[in-house]
This record gives sequence, structure tokens and C-alpha cells, in this order.
Amino acid sequence: MPGTVGFWPALEPPVCVVVHCFYFRGGAELLFDGVKKHQVTLPCQPEPWDIRNLLKWIRQNLLKERPELFMQGESVRPGILVLINDADWELMGELDYKLQDQDNVLFISTLHGG
Amino acid sequence: MADGAEAARLSAEIGQREQELRGLRERLATVLLGDAAATEDGASAFPGDLPPLPAQASLSPADILRYSRQLVLPELGVRGQLRLARSSVLVVGCGGLGCPLAQYLAAAGIGRLGLVDHDVVETSNLHRQVLHGEARRGLPKAISAAAALRLLNSTVQYVPYCGALSPRTALELVRQYDVVADCSDNVPTRYLVNDACVLADKPLVSGSALRLEGQLVVYNYHGGPCYRCLFPKPPPPETVTNCADGGVLGVVPGIMGCIQALEVLKIVSGMGSSFSQFMLMFDAREGRFRNIKLRPKKPDCDVCGDNPSVTCLQDYEAFCGSSATDKCKTLHLLSSKDRISVEQYKKLLDEQVPHVLVDVRPPVEVDICHLVHAVHIPLSKLEEKDEEYLEYLKKRICEEKQRTNSQTSFPVYVVCKLGNDSQKAVKILQELPVKEFGSVLAKDIKGGLMAWASKIDPTFPQY
Ligand SMILES: [Zn+2]
Repeated sequence: MPGTVGFWPALEPPVCVVVHCFYFRGGAELLFDGVKKHQVTLPCQPEPWDIRNLLKWIRQNLLKERPELFMQGESVRPGILVLINDADWELMGELDYKLQDQDNVLFISTLHGG
Repeated sequence: MADGAEAARLSAEIGQREQELRGLRERLATVLLGDAAATEDGASAFPGDLPPLPAQASLSPADILRYSRQLVLPELGVRGQLRLARSSVLVVGCGGLGCPLAQYLAAAGIGRLGLVDHDVVETSNLHRQVLHGEARRGLPKAISAAAALRLLNSTVQYVPYCGALSPRTALELVRQYDVVADCSDNVPTRYLVNDACVLADKPLVSGSALRLEGQLVVYNYHGGPCYRCLFPKPPPPETVTNCADGGVLGVVPGIMGCIQALEVLKIVSGMGSSFSQFMLMFDAREGRFRNIKLRPKKPDCDVCGDNPSVTCLQDYEAFCGSSATDKCKTLHLLSSKDRISVEQYKKLLDEQVPHVLVDVRPPVEVDICHLVHAVHIPLSKLEEKDEEYLEYLKKRICEEKQRTNSQTSFPVYVVCKLGNDSQKAVKILQELPVKEFGSVLAKDIKGGLMAWASKIDPTFPQY
């Protein structure tokens, strides 16, 4: 899949920084200035990144306006499906899933139109 | 005065012609319905008990000729074709998804198609709802679809239901069919159809489309999850976009409806579906399909779980906080003193009262049509307090103020398409700092530009 490969400085050993791609679909991207794909480097932290922390990070760094359209409490709002590497996050441990380098996280807003 | 008389004469003539048109439409509907009643033995009543489809032991020579190109497929064959002929499918929604779905199911030789839709054909439907035509505008969609399908394949039974699927009627209706296709356009109907399918134990082939994207899942099939397993709680109503607001490229629901038809055919012919516990996502912009593995059926699901709390159909509009039949939501953010009618605005224009009119629609809609004197500031720019746009607004207010000596608050009117976004914008304008903008009295125009088009200027485009 093009565009999902993160860049890594060749000589620098990957210690605790992870590169991920986030995709927003089904209108969820409209909350993020219409940008569907975000490739980001998460900052170093002693604990491994999980989805719970990732959502917190997205809220603080990508989504400053109207967070209620994306989140509810520490999770996503009803009607948004989270996919980790093309699988329903429910199969992966939901908020507790530990992110791996190069993971693809996809947020889909369900469509209702016909 | 001569102009006034001419205008009155023309209005009267338009009124008369419209009445004639209404009469013609009613007659056409009766004729089409009569057709349906003749072939289906009065089956067009809602819901009505249908006789079982006759079990056919073999294909007739006419059937063999008609279906020969699919009969030679080993995956289908005579056995599969006979299964199609004794299967019935309920199509919920005869719109952008339902039209192509019903068309391919009819062409393939399904035994019976139930067609549910509460709506009538409108001009703005025709770009995607390809069974309806210009001549059938104003007719119920279920009737229009049945009439078009009958021309395609007269051997199929069509049962039009001209009403919304409701908690009162849904279960009885769903029980009479083998498979249900959700081609609806709103959240309450999606929960209603799901629960009815779980309670009646029927597979549900669910499609949806918006803008340039589509989604498809087969629910409640071979032990797979139901819609509620995936979405236990409905989305907040303010996060839901419909095709009228968000737009949709007609071919996108066309593609999704065709895939729904494919899955229905696979299910009824015995091939089985590829999308139980899988979601198909289509991104038309990138030309990409994605296949997503979903969670299994959930033991704690409210309707299909081990101890279901939903054992009969409920009030889904209350559950979802939105309507199943309204085309557009109507917001009530402002009190009536903060709003004016299009008639009042017209009077202000005629009297040349100094003011600023702010059009808060997105640029793509302003391109379609606009009032020439309006200042364009998209709602999103107001929401994020975009400095450039606010500066521009301030400048325009100052310029207009030059034209008046009045010491009262300067009037700013806000308009959008239908009068929802304009209310949100007024809320923002009311918070503007008086120090910079002076004293501003912001009001919105009720019903927006569409009310302007229907009540003041008939030459203004409606979209
Ligand atoms: Zn369920």
C-alpha cells in the first residue's frame, strides 16, 4: 500500500519513537481539515504507546476544535470505527492495544446515506 | 397597474396548470398501481400477507433462454436459478442504492421484490436514482421503481410499499421475505431494519454511501455480528451527514448497490456471502476497495446477544435522536427575535436599509448560486475565528456604516442554504468584540436561500 511506509533516519537507532500513519475516512477527515492521511512521529516516552494515549495525543495535537465530534470520554464517539492494520480494534484489545512501529490506524465514520 | 394585472393572470394560469399536473400524476399513479394490483393480486397494501412463491421444479424454455448466460456458470447453474426464482427480497429504500440493487435482482430473476419507500421522486434524485425518470417526478418512488422494473422483467413479482418502514409494521413485513437489503438513508431506519432482521432471523445486506465513499456489511448471517454488535450506541445526531447536506456522486451508491445485489444473489443461490464479519470500504477518489475484518457476534449485544434487552421493536427515532423521514434537520438555536423571514429581508432590500448580508455557505455552494451583494464567509472560517475573514467583515461593516447616521446597532444578516448554519453563525457574530466591530445586531434569515428561491425569487436556483 503506497504511503504507509514511515521514514527513518538510517543511522539513528529506533529507540522509543514510533512512526505511524493515521487515516480518516467516511467524513471523519473533515474534523482534521480534510486531511485524510497523517503520518506522524510520536514523541519518546518510557511506556509503550497504546491507543488510549494515541487518542489523547490526537486530541491535543491534531484536533483542537470541537473534540466532541470525534471523542467521547477517553474513547472515540459512537459511530466511529477504529481499525488497526485493517482489523476491527475490538479484535486487538481496543484502547489497550500496544502500538508497533509502522502500524496503520484508521478511523472510519460510518456512513448512513443511500 | 397593467403589469399587476398581467402578473395576476399569469399566476392564475400557473395555478391552473399545476392543478392539471397534479391530476395527471394522480391518474398515472393509479394506472401504475392498478397494473401492480392486477399482476400481484392486490399485494400493494401495506403490509399485507403475501402468498408463498410457487415451488418450481424446472425452468421453462423461456427461462432458459432469458437466463442462459448465467445458467452456464457452474457456481449458479439450474439449481441456483431455481433458488433465485423462489426467493424474495425486501428492498428498504428505493433511492441511490435501492435502484441499481433492485434492477440487477429483477434482471437476474429473483422471485419477488418488496420495494419500500415513503418518498416521492424529485428532480434532485435523478442523478443517482436511476430507475426513476423525468416523467415520474412527483410519483411515489416505490411505484415508480416497480413500473421501471416491470419493463425490465415482467416475470418477477413486485410489491411496492408506499410508506416508511415503522416499528409497527417492520417485523411483519421482514418475516415475509428471505433476505433484506438496507438501502435506507438514515440512522433510525438502520437500527430498525437490523433489529427486525435479528428478531425475524433474516440476513441483512447493508449498504451506504456519501460523497465519494461507500460501505457494505452483511449482518446477522451464519452466526456473524449484527449492526448493533458493531454500533451498540447510535452516533450523536450532530455528527450524521445525509446526502442532501454532504453531497454524493451518483455512481458511488450505484457501485455499492450493485455489490449489495451481488451479495444478495450469492446468499439466495446458496454460494454464501463474502461480507459476514467483514466490511467492504470503497474510496472512489483513490479507486480503492478495502476489506476489513470485523469483530464476531457479541455475546452482550442488546438484540442478538445471549440475554437480549431488545425483544420487540422500539421507538428508533427517540433512540437515535433524529427523524427517519425528514430530509433535513431543523435547528432551533435562536429565538424568533434573532431571526427574520425572507419577506422581511426583501422589504429591507426594497427600502435600501443599510446592512451587511453574510453568506456562510462553503465556497462550492456559493459557486452554484448566490446573492450578488452578499459577503462570503464560510461558517468554518467563522468558527475558527479566521483573522483574514474577520478583518474583511470588519471592513465591510465600516463601509456600510458610512451610509447611515443611525446610532443604533448596525444590522448584519446571515444567510445559508436552509437556515441552520446561519443560526450557528449568528451565535458567533453575537460574541464579536464591540471594541473592534462596533455595536452589531446579528440576525439570520429563516429558511435561507431555498426559502428565498421558493417565496421571493422563482428564478433563483434550488439545489
Ligand atoms: Zn448483535
